[in-house]
Amino acid sequence: MGVPVPAVVLDSVIWKDGRMDPTRERMTPHIVPIATYLKVFAALFVLLIVTVLAAQVHMGVLNTPVAMIIAVAKAVLIVLVFMHVRYANPLVRIFAAAGFFWLIILFALTFSDVLTRW
Amino acid sequence: MSATVQSTIPVAHHFDDAKQQYLSAELGMWAFLAQEVMFFGGVFCAYAVYRFRFPHEFIAGSHRLDVMLGTINTAVLLTSSLTMVLAVHAAQMNRRWLLVLNLVLTMLLGGTFLGVKAFEYHHKYVERLVPGRSFDFEYAAAGHGHGHGVVTDGVKHEKLKQEEASPASGNEESAPAINPKKVELFFSLYFIMTGLHALHMVIGIAVLLVLAIAAARGAFDGGRFTHIEMTGLYWHFVDIVWVFLFPLLYLIR
Repeated sequence: MGVPVPAVVLDSVIWKDGRMDPTRERMTPHIVPIATYLKVFAALFVLLIVTVLAAQVHMGVLNTPVAMIIAVAKAVLIVLVFMHVRYANPLVRIFAAAGFFWLIILFALTFSDVLTRW
Repeated sequence: MSATVQSTIPVAHHFDDAKQQYLSAELGMWAFLAQEVMFFGGVFCAYAVYRFRFPHEFIAGSHRLDVMLGTINTAVLLTSSLTMVLAVHAAQMNRRWLLVLNLVLTMLLGGTFLGVKAFEYHHKYVERLVPGRSFDFEYAAAGHGHGHGVVTDGVKHEKLKQEEASPASGNEESAPAINPKKVELFFSLYFIMTGLHALHMVIGIAVLLVLAIAAARGAFDGGRFTHIEMTGLYWHFVDIVWVFLFPLLYLIR
């Protein structure tokens, strides 16, 4: 590591968040306004109603993809705002993404077998 | 807003400072949740494989579930996630009793979810849809077990079975033949998936109870919201699991 990186810069890259004060002794949290929580909650309720109504419409093979897209939208809202990943540092985001990334591997490898059996 | 939190956070000796301590807790919690994603991922994958192989049986099984109860339970869980983030907010704002109130509300909503789930499980038992020796899909499909009539006499049941078996009762033209053993597979997955989810809810409610008592005693005063935030992450994760379970089990057509 030949290039010297100032500690302040390194700190802002690795631990980028708004939670701590400069003295590093107090936690001054990134407080999400209640209005933001209420908006997300309203959006989750709308998506719930949409997914129930969409299930009553016969779209053939499209029913399940539509339901899954709505479920993913709800999950993303919860993860980003309720679980504060939107405000978290990159390391936490990588950990959060890793679980879902390995989930994709699990499904991809399994279905590369299941879908190719005749 | 940060002016509301002024007290110094106690830092354990193996951490450099409060910042490192908080970030370690947060990262550790996400590592645990990533592991939980894999844990539930296994059963979701098993569901996907068998849903793909036996689509008609899975749809037939799904029709035996109550969409209204499932919708109510989803709404209850989403609301409990709201009260959970309001608890985190109250802890951050150093509002002790608002924190306790929101923790208790979250517990009550979680308990409501489990109550509805228990009612559904009981209904499935009465309808003979619990996998095992007593599983009898024709019995449930014929409309038995509704209205808490408990188990009707077997003679009537046998008669009904014969009627269904006879070619005269062809009320479903062109409908694909349903293999009851594969419907039983759907219900095995239903009970495993919702059961594991309910187990997580029970653990979550127990943790919330401990937190609510500690909060009432002032353990999280002065903006010490780490425990609340980490429990919140767990609670929201369990919510997300249900967000996927609900359409996969109740809404397939």
